[in-house]
Amino acid sequence: MAEQTQILKVENLHTWFRGDGRIARAVDGVSFTINKGETFALLGESGCGKSVTSLSIMRLVPEPGGKIVQGRVNLHGQDLLQLPETQMRDVRGSRIAMIFQEPMTSLNPVLKIGEQIEETAVRHKTLKEGQTARQKAIELLNAVGLPDAQRRYSEYPHQLSGGMKQRVMIAIALAGDPELLIADEPTTALDVTIQSQVLQLLRELQGETHMAVMLITHDLGVVAEMADRVAVMYAGQIVEQADRETFFKAPKHPYSIKLFESLPNRTKRNQRLAVIQGSVPSLATEFKGCRFEPRCQFAIEDCKNNVPVWQSFDELGEETGVLCHRFDPRFESQFSEPVQKIFDAVAQSDDPVTTRGFKELLKVNELKVHFPIQKGLFKRTVGHVRAVDGVSIDIPQGKTLALVGESGCGKTTVGKGILQLISPTAGSVNLDNEELTNLAKHQMRQRRKDIQIIFQDPFSSMNPRMMVADIIEEGMVAQRVGGDKQKRQTRIDELLNQVGLSPEVKYRYPHEFSGGQRQRICIARALAVEPKLIICDEPTSALDVSVQAQILNLLKELQDKFGLAYLFITHNLSVVEYLAHNVAVMYLGRIVETGTVEEVLENPLHPYTKALLSAVPQVDIDSERKVIRLRGELPSPANPPVGCHFNPRCAKAWQECRNGYPSARSVSPTHSVRCYLYQEN
Amino acid sequence: MLAYLVRRILYALPILIGVNLLTFALFFVVNKPDDMARMHLGVKHVTPAAIERWKQEHGYDKPLFYNPASETGNAFTDTIFFTKSVRLFIFDFGNADDGRNITYDITQRMWPSLAIAIPTLLVGLLVYITFAMTLAFFRATYIDYAGVILAVVLMSISGLFYIIGGQYLVSKLLHLVPISGYATGLTAIKFLILPVLIGVIGSIGSNSRWYRTIFLEEINKDYVRTARAKGLSERVVLFKHVLKNALIPILTGIVVILPMLFMGNLILESFFGVPGLGSYTIDAIRQQDFAIVRAMVFLGSVLYIIGLILTDISYTIVDPRIRLGGS
Repeated sequence: MAEQTQILKVENLHTWFRGDGRIARAVDGVSFTINKGETFALLGESGCGKSVTSLSIMRLVPEPGGKIVQGRVNLHGQDLLQLPETQMRDVRGSRIAMIFQEPMTSLNPVLKIGEQIEETAVRHKTLKEGQTARQKAIELLNAVGLPDAQRRYSEYPHQLSGGMKQRVMIAIALAGDPELLIADEPTTALDVTIQSQVLQLLRELQGETHMAVMLITHDLGVVAEMADRVAVMYAGQIVEQADRETFFKAPKHPYSIKLFESLPNRTKRNQRLAVIQGSVPSLATEFKGCRFEPRCQFAIEDCKNNVPVWQSFDELGEETGVLCHRFDPRFESQFSEPVQKIFDAVAQSDDPVTTRGFKELLKVNELKVHFPIQKGLFKRTVGHVRAVDGVSIDIPQGKTLALVGESGCGKTTVGKGILQLISPTAGSVNLDNEELTNLAKHQMRQRRKDIQIIFQDPFSSMNPRMMVADIIEEGMVAQRVGGDKQKRQTRIDELLNQVGLSPEVKYRYPHEFSGGQRQRICIARALAVEPKLIICDEPTSALDVSVQAQILNLLKELQDKFGLAYLFITHNLSVVEYLAHNVAVMYLGRIVETGTVEEVLENPLHPYTKALLSAVPQVDIDSERKVIRLRGELPSPANPPVGCHFNPRCAKAWQECRNGYPSARSVSPTHSVRCYLYQEN
Repeated sequence: MLAYLVRRILYALPILIGVNLLTFALFFVVNKPDDMARMHLGVKHVTPAAIERWKQEHGYDKPLFYNPASETGNAFTDTIFFTKSVRLFIFDFGNADDGRNITYDITQRMWPSLAIAIPTLLVGLLVYITFAMTLAFFRATYIDYAGVILAVVLMSISGLFYIIGGQYLVSKLLHLVPISGYATGLTAIKFLILPVLIGVIGSIGSNSRWYRTIFLEEINKDYVRTARAKGLSERVVLFKHVLKNALIPILTGIVVILPMLFMGNLILESFFGVPGLGSYTIDAIRQQDFAIVRAMVFLGSVLYIIGLILTDISYTIVDPRIRLGGS
């Protein structure tokens, strides 16, 4: 490997948090280097200490409570941790800049975005406030690809979409010409098509300015797309470090291996996803052995009693290596199976989806949900937000339909319209040959037994002052199922067992559980009334990958067992590949393409489906894929573009696309698409 | 925006009618004119004839709502409800029991009230914000803890103690300013200093603690971390970023009480003998002059509604995210 210029060298960094009389070692001996112009990815699940590591480098660890207790952060040989605060301020924003996960809250809501960009430039570049600073801000807005920079300069953050705000954050970071940009989950809050725009922008800017990027993420796909080198963090430590090729071809640490195995995708359709047993240990514990040992499938007795030592692979440099006893010459021989073979032994439990009769369960026809826009003295209705504008879907018994689309496309409203939580403006919702839209309130209440919903955020969807048992029982009481009190209690135990929780937890409150466990409780609550259809509204997007795998396994298992149908509302296409039978792709209130998973994902027809699929970062680093980047962002459903709603962003649009909305055309009995490209004869 | 304001003002009308009806019910149905006459005449002088005469003198000798025997032929307008309540809507408050015109008294007495209320508000704001920001700057240090304890102590002491203690110390022992009284022109200053000072001190505890909470809430937000990551000094972060956001709830909280300043401070004005609207109200209650009390209750409601509308408008000025009426 050619000798590279080292910019940042972090050595043995320890950052602790004090609280409730305990010390949480959020970062516990982390070392790495970052070279000029490279992208270094820090990968890990929530709570592993990756964000705290980045805040420690910037010396922005929240005080009081957080404290860097040991270590060195050398920037060109100068230890930042020894600098007085006033000199550290000259480093922040100028030599090291940072962008954050939530562009929505990371900008000051009451200052113009131009002012917020200028501020950094004026602070570090000895620019005078006024015309030159303004010029610089507009220049930067242009550089980050924000259209109409002159006008945007005097806009406030709330007037911008999430993607644009993240561009502004990047402009702020660039204003000081940093050598190192720390990007903490920069695209996690964004849609895939916007994510691909932002990642592309980061890459371009990196090419122009030769700055190094430290990318913090939980997404293996983003790492595969962006990183030159990868470090995996677990429970406050780096457990593996390698260059991108080595890491993606042959991950070595059991935790890294599990991360790959728990990713859902099409090839794993008929298998259970690998899960990591248990949960991340509390960082307040005193570790005597390997931190991953209780969850590791390879663990031997020595793992429990010996703290692992960093094993570097000398030929690849001292930093490349792994923190695992399996690679320690002292213990290596005790592991029975050869290392490489273990990796190949992916869980191969064959569990084919039981094919049941194609009895239609749910038929939604031309569903419309319009919200009035009211204006003026007497609140006249001056227009409508067409959130859902003619959606037709069918779900057979025991099958899963995935409704895919970006945020704001109306997919959640479809779910609410089916549940009659919002009364639809027009169209029919037919469940088991009964029309739901005409039902009186008390009749609908009885039917709620058949359709249940699971929400994205399991915590806020449960009453924090109710015990688990009461949460599950409430639906049974309301629907008069489950017999008397005694029988209901037995049923609750049974349900908790089914979702993989111990019945003892039923007298606890929601805050005592982890995210994955809470989602299990929500599933148990939905199952309690024995529904035929469960609407799953982004049930795993708030969860870590390894936890997501557990929930997906559970949903699949329950479907096989009880013949449940799912309407799976999601933006995550790899989950769709793994779980769904049929897919409907939604854009601005309408379904643009629908078909079986194989048809839509292997042979996408609509340009939007193609773009959406290409924008998903792939873990397979050898795949030659061309990302179709969409122009602009989702238009407002209050004022959709004339003709095909997608035409302003479509690369293939021609005159006809502006004339009217294309009608649906079937290319197979199950596959249909609404696009002028496929209209001829 | 305009449509929104018109709608808000239209909403205010039924509220004012409700307030009017309620005060009418309290003052004329629960406490009948006969009772008022008895109270004014005193136990020794109560005779049916005396009651009738008193009612006639003060215009309470009519039926409540409907007067078929009216001499002028207006069965509805020649009633107590119309003459005493409906006329409030055009701010015609009528005469007090001693015959003085209430509207005239109000226009005279609101100035001393404002002379106390406005300086108290401005000096207070400056003191509370400075104190709260200091505590926020030194958050989670001993300075912060000591400040919070001081605020709680100040809050726990009765307002009357500050008044009596202040008068005793500053006026009686140190002879710096007169104990009480009022004058017009510049000489008013020596009478105003002590009540303003005591008004400010009396609210330091509760307001500073509240403002400190607002500051701390803002300091923990993501945009503050962004500002620090830019390399800005703590001073710039606090004054440019945090203060601007924290002032939104503080200022809008103040705007709502702004019109109420006219009503004066009941206790301060009475103790310091300031002839403002506060002492006017207290005196009226003491003398059972219900015409004045009714006028002040109605005026207070109107001013409070104005305050709420002003709050909405002030939000649109200080917070770019909020626009009224969704236009």
